[in-house]
Amino acid sequence: MEEVKNIIDKLSCPLLVNDYETITMSHGGGGKIMGNLIDKMILQFLSNDFINEKHDGAVFLTDGHRLAFTTDSYVINPIFFPGGDIGELAVYGTVNDLSMCGAKPLYLSLGLILEEGFVIKDLEKIIISVKNACERTGVKIITGDTKVVEKGKGDKIFINTAGIGIVKDDINISPSRVEEGDVVLLSGDIGRHGIAIMTTRENLDFESKIKSDCAPLNDIVQKLLESGIDIHCLRDLTRGGLGSALNEIASKAKVEIEINEIHINVIEEVKGICEILGFDPLNVANEGRFIAFVKKKDAAKALKILKEEEDGKYASIIGVVKKKSLKIENGKKENGIVILKSILGTNRILDMLSGEQLPRIC
Amino acid sequence: MKFLDEYRDSEKAKKLIEAIHRRVSKNWNIMEICGGQTHSILKYGIDELLPKEINLIHGPGCPVCVTPIEKIDKAIEIASNQNVIFCSYGDMLRVPGSHTDLLKIKAQGFDVRIVYSPVDAVNIAKKNPEKEIVFFAVGFETTAPPNALAIFMAHQQGLINFTELVSHVCVPPAIKAILDSINNRVQGLLAAGHVCTVMGFKEYEDIAKRYKIPVVVTGFEPLDILQGIYMCILQLENDINIVENQYSRAVKREGNVKAREIMNEVFEICDRKWRGIGEIKDSGFKIKVKYEEYDAEIKFGLEDYSIEESKECKSGLILQGLIKPVDCSVFGNKCTPEHPLGATMVSSEGACSAYYLYKEKKLQ
Repeated sequence: MEEVKNIIDKLSCPLLVNDYETITMSHGGGGKIMGNLIDKMILQFLSNDFINEKHDGAVFLTDGHRLAFTTDSYVINPIFFPGGDIGELAVYGTVNDLSMCGAKPLYLSLGLILEEGFVIKDLEKIIISVKNACERTGVKIITGDTKVVEKGKGDKIFINTAGIGIVKDDINISPSRVEEGDVVLLSGDIGRHGIAIMTTRENLDFESKIKSDCAPLNDIVQKLLESGIDIHCLRDLTRGGLGSALNEIASKAKVEIEINEIHINVIEEVKGICEILGFDPLNVANEGRFIAFVKKKDAAKALKILKEEEDGKYASIIGVVKKKSLKIENGKKENGIVILKSILGTNRILDMLSGEQLPRIC
Repeated sequence: MKFLDEYRDSEKAKKLIEAIHRRVSKNWNIMEICGGQTHSILKYGIDELLPKEINLIHGPGCPVCVTPIEKIDKAIEIASNQNVIFCSYGDMLRVPGSHTDLLKIKAQGFDVRIVYSPVDAVNIAKKNPEKEIVFFAVGFETTAPPNALAIFMAHQQGLINFTELVSHVCVPPAIKAILDSINNRVQGLLAAGHVCTVMGFKEYEDIAKRYKIPVVVTGFEPLDILQGIYMCILQLENDINIVENQYSRAVKREGNVKAREIMNEVFEICDRKWRGIGEIKDSGFKIKVKYEEYDAEIKFGLEDYSIEESKECKSGLILQGLIKPVDCSVFGNKCTPEHPLGATMVSSEGACSAYYLYKEKKLQ
């Protein structure tokens, strides 16, 4: 233990060691502070070729088969929300992470952490929801674990799922394949999940009909793959929204991505509530949307496939990969940048959020 | 709920920009007072579309930024109390005090809650009679009426476990302080639309007259700001100094009389320290003696003290419009939104933070 402490003390990690002696909510917000925690602590100790890819899951070879493996934990409040619940979220989230690796999802594990006093009837609803989500996506829960913690040591129910899928030999989807000239597609309108959650939290008296976009993405990804389009990279939008997803890829692929604001669809109601709270829809969470990077020649075909989906009305081409960017910033190499062309035609940086979005005063 | 897209229409924006270009004949310094306007200007790149003759100076209208560090420390002191539920608007939580911030206090297990209205805090007080509920009442004239209303409601309901930590500021005295400064470069003002929804703009008529300066009450969307600038330029070019109302869909000359009544019932004018600027006479609201039992500083026996801030931070000069964020030597290196050294980097509406967010990498 002492040895570990010494190692931690020696790490040159100003943000973590000096500024944060404890974990704050920002460390899980999907922004820069979380990115720093992952880069400067987790990857510092656990670095290897797979995890360093920082993709939604890892793809590895075993006995001639290429498998994708991923895990995700679900700690959402409220557990039942307009358009979904924690059960289906836990299945779709992991199915989607596997899909983003180009995998066909096969098997999931289900870990339940239940709080003393949690209503059994609610648990049953959630398990039924897990079952339905599995049937819809064609996956099976093949192993699991259940733990109970004392009242106050959890929040009703936390779920962890891990998943395995199989990746065909000719598929190679990864941020490192993103190249100059690639076109960026967005599978639909953004911000619905985050706003649906916000508006149902007990301390916000909005009357809203917004439903979460929570949905599985395995079918649509399979359709794209089967169409013969060479997909360079996929990323589902979760915490931190479109802004974080684009920045993660720009940074990993070391490219400049130019996005046109006018082509990013946000439904009126989401736009309105974001305006009231001082949120930018580009940073609001989603659970059923993704971005795809394809060669320019494939873009129109990919868009057509996306638009044919039930919820694909708002799918659009939102931008292009401009160039490999390797600027020098304060003596450090700048690893990637996202430029947003505003509705007025001006360019600005679309940066990653620092921590969480916080509602503003006025 | 169509109220945004019309005010973000690129064709209409282009026409306004062309009109501004046609009308400008000399150099003009225009200050947009409100941080929300600064944010829109940088977010939409409005400054880049204007003729080079127009220099936009970013004013002191960000309530989060100008809240004194001592007040943040007091908030942290109160919130670090097992018996307290500390309620605040979200964006105050990340503002650094001398040693820590409210988010970190929350992480230590103290009960710090984001609320969307002070009335929510009153309701929390009703539900938790065994706890002390403290609301962090910050902001300009825009948030003063609801914050006053919360105290009024608590009083009427006989709640004895609700107080407010008040750090309210008023715009006109700060504007006068800037215009009175010997270094003043401001020649035209875009007044903060939302503040004027409450206050109206009679008090700006005195400013326009006394300082011979055009004032345009302006909204926050790109078209609002462009139209505000256009109206201001027309006045400047024609040597007119009056108050005009661009934001007439929300602002009336007399403002919101009812809102001011409740504000005046509970609050009275006081001298107030502005972070980065210093004390300005008659520039704040405090709780009247009649309602002092709702004053958290009295209830928790907090004494006044003064803290020296980072000497490297130039936020005072920035808030007065004397320099731009990028002119500060620590901007973007020692001072970032993750490690703010001073007022204007802490809130997303602060000028430094807005520059960092939307422009920083381009300027490298």
